[in-house]
Amino acid sequence: MVVALCTAWPARAQVAGTRPASTAADSALEARTAAIAATLRCPVCQGESIQDSPAELAQQMRAVVRDRLRAGETPDEIKAYFVSKYGEWILLEPRMTGLNILLYVLPVALIVGGLALVAVLVRRWTTPTANTDES
Amino acid sequence: MNWRRATIAMLAAVPLIALFAFGFTRNPSEIPSPLPGRDAPAWALTVFAPGEPPLARPVGDTLRLHDLLGKVVVLNFWASWCLACRDEHVPLSETARQYADRPAQFIGVLYNDRPAAGTRWIADMGGQSYPSVVDPGARTAIDYGLYGVPETFIVDTKGRIAYKHLGPISERVLRQWIDSLLPRAAGGDTPRRDSVR
Repeated sequence: MVVALCTAWPARAQVAGTRPASTAADSALEARTAAIAATLRCPVCQGESIQDSPAELAQQMRAVVRDRLRAGETPDEIKAYFVSKYGEWILLEPRMTGLNILLYVLPVALIVGGLALVAVLVRRWTTPTANTDES
Repeated sequence: MNWRRATIAMLAAVPLIALFAFGFTRNPSEIPSPLPGRDAPAWALTVFAPGEPPLARPVGDTLRLHDLLGKVVVLNFWASWCLACRDEHVPLSETARQYADRPAQFIGVLYNDRPAAGTRWIADMGGQSYPSVVDPGARTAIDYGLYGVPETFIVDTKGRIAYKHLGPISERVLRQWIDSLLPRAAGGDTPRRDSVR
């Protein structure tokens, strides 16, 4: 999720800054392409989206996204196309289904659990005890 | 010693250590492909390197996967800038020649490269027995979920992807798969469906 948030903004900035669209329709298509491309992992890069990567394959994958949008496909259909070719790995942000839910739930659960443990221990250490029968 | 605390610490540590240990057994560069077992994506690609008789196809001819149903198709993605492609060139070319009289078709797909560079590379390597085609915009490569080159797909006689091989492929693997997929094959166990570089 964090990765997607980090990559989405520069992706949009890049589109606005370096690819001046000739028409409003082109501009809207580029923005939609960029939004989808920012969620797809570049297969030949390290942790980069196909929107951020200058790699040739990433550019070609962006062209596929653009063409599919032009053909009337929805963002979900386009992502499903890439997942059907590369597997879930291609999504920078894993879908919240099945075991993937653990990726979202576990960090929060660990932080909450850790904070609770610290709170209990601090309280115990700072509370004066009458009997010291611990060995 | 507080045995209760020690036990809790142990119980908390064991799953974490087990998780890390499992992580070390995994190869992060090995990404399972969803394609083996599915219908091979269709393509129609133009020949730029003809190959050699009896496997030669005229330059400019369009090869279509659909026309190759009934044959085992070996689809090898390669490029002249790919060093590992040199390692598999002879096994591929020789195996294609050995299966020339069987229903097996080898096709090279040039990936992100200029046909002129591909033709020069083939000449430098001493020729290629089977034809190679161009893939404009890497559309077919993306359709096959390509990560890089070399990658080889073996498509069965019904047009399903039987096997995806990452990295240079050997004659042994090629023969094993083609023999297991050819009609009236002597049988034997079907090998694993994907492999790593």
